[in-house]
Amino acid sequence: MLKNVEVESSVGRVPPARKAGLSLFLSRLVKQRTLVFMSVPFILWLFLFKYVPLWGWTIAFQNFKPAKSFGEQQWVGWKQFEFMFSDDRFLQVMRNTLAMSLINFVLGFATAITLAILLNELRAVAFKRVVQTISYLPHFISWVVAATIIQTALSTDGGIVNEVLLALGLIQEPVLWLGVGKYFWGIMGVSEVWKNVGWNTIIYLAALTTIDPSQYEAAEIDGAGRFQKIWHITLPGIRPVIVILMIINLGQILETGFEPQYLLGNGPNLDYSENLEIFILKYGMNLGNYSLSVAAGIFKTVVSIVLLFGANHLAKRMGQDRLF
Amino acid sequence: MAKTNQPNYKIKLSVGDRAFDIANYTFMVLLMIVTVYPFVNMLAVSLNDGMDSVKGGIHIWPRVLTWDNYEYVFKQATILHATFISISRTVLGTLISTFCSAMVAYTISRPDFVLRKFVTLAFVLTMYFNGGLIPNFLLMRELDLLGSFWVYIVPGIVGVFNIIVIRSFIEQLPDGILESARIDGAGEFTTFMRVVLPLTMPVLATTSLFTAVYHWNSWFDVFLYNSSHIELSTLQYELMKMLQNSNATGTSGSMDGMGGTASFVTPTSVRATMTIVASLPIIMVYPFLQRYFVKGMTLGGVKG
Repeated sequence: MLKNVEVESSVGRVPPARKAGLSLFLSRLVKQRTLVFMSVPFILWLFLFKYVPLWGWTIAFQNFKPAKSFGEQQWVGWKQFEFMFSDDRFLQVMRNTLAMSLINFVLGFATAITLAILLNELRAVAFKRVVQTISYLPHFISWVVAATIIQTALSTDGGIVNEVLLALGLIQEPVLWLGVGKYFWGIMGVSEVWKNVGWNTIIYLAALTTIDPSQYEAAEIDGAGRFQKIWHITLPGIRPVIVILMIINLGQILETGFEPQYLLGNGPNLDYSENLEIFILKYGMNLGNYSLSVAAGIFKTVVSIVLLFGANHLAKRMGQDRLF
Repeated sequence: MAKTNQPNYKIKLSVGDRAFDIANYTFMVLLMIVTVYPFVNMLAVSLNDGMDSVKGGIHIWPRVLTWDNYEYVFKQATILHATFISISRTVLGTLISTFCSAMVAYTISRPDFVLRKFVTLAFVLTMYFNGGLIPNFLLMRELDLLGSFWVYIVPGIVGVFNIIVIRSFIEQLPDGILESARIDGAGEFTTFMRVVLPLTMPVLATTSLFTAVYHWNSWFDVFLYNSSHIELSTLQYELMKMLQNSNATGTSGSMDGMGGTASFVTPTSVRATMTIVASLPIIMVYPFLQRYFVKGMTLGGVKG
């Protein structure tokens, strides 16, 4: 309370219009003190846990030694970034990140849209609901469980994938899928689809319910078949949602995730499984090179923000709602 | 809920239509098999005698039915304690986060709140950047949270995404309800506790589910902050260690049995048992919350 009085008296010298604004603000603040107590503690929390770590970005411009204090650190300018961009390992990591992103992007959209449309074509409502419920299941389990399942399914001693492929005569002997680097991106793509395809249909199915049924009736009277109705009514009906989701996803192209690559990555497939997040973890925690790790983290965040704003701009230009 | 917007005419289906339907239903059945089979297989292996499983050929049904694997798993002090930690962080983390997120969401849903814009912006901005791994780690160290249970709870006291979803929901409530509470002389906090919280239950069901699933499934914060504190390990982290071990050998398990009670358990059967234990609670809960999370997803999904 005392502080408020002080502030008010100290602004006594400023022009009356501003004084009125400020004291109005302060009196409203006092009046709404319950709302202030309900939100401001969390702003302090937010400041400490989300904004203070940004201070750590200075580490990228130092030759950081954990034992030294901030004043004693050696400043090196952009050296860490220069080293990073000329590092062959980093370039390989970027290739892996972008490749897995692209595969997930294409596979993710194609499968989710297809599944949503096929679900929409089911006439038995109860059956449809059972399929939907089951299709959400893998989304809820952890990547640790999913990775255990994937590894079991792909194993050479009785893994279901090898068993089925052998039975179908597609392979002559069991393949050590996770032991061959060039298979890794494909395994990631399929795993991602297995885990999230059902979940990703939710938003399309919601959009599908907004399509006016009379459009289908009119098309039927005109003699349109199943595929024609899908192509000319269903797909255009969810086009805005598809466009928005694609733009959002473009903004997240560096966020390939971390858990599946880390959990299923191993020595033999390392050249294909290591992505940006694993690179950051490895340099930071395993090798103790904090500065390089933070530099890579900054690179990732800055590129993501630029992509996001670009995507937002694109969405506006295309006449969609802004994303944020 | 499940609604088809196709007209349901009792007209004769053409041959092409019928072929499409058959293909579609077949596809859906295959999809369900591919989704569910791995879990059924894990369940079968977990209920089968460990040494017998080594012979292979266990698919959807155990050959030598036994509870030994579960008995073995729950006799391990480490795993029993990890289960306790997992449950504690899930319950506590979800309760705290849901309550606090709802409270912040309520304040920024009040149109006349003076700090409304500031609070909203401060929270929304954090969705677009992140200090990153090392700065966060150093912060936890400075705050003396390493080696503590609270490192699981404190960094997640409120969730920005949850705040936004809850706020959209509160804003859709009819104005009259909040007004009548205020006319009856209720203060903001009382209005929040007595009127807003009960009315937002449908959306809180969604955000609680997401938060609970997040806590139950987490292992990376255990790995990063508490890997040298076995007393703070969680179920998922214990399973993760088993996975890493078998990654090293390249196969899903080895022949050497671990000395069990009467019979033997193998790494493969213990892993399958842990997989079931680590996923069963979620599998049993999520179908009942389906209508809530489907709504919650469409509410906060695109608009953000």
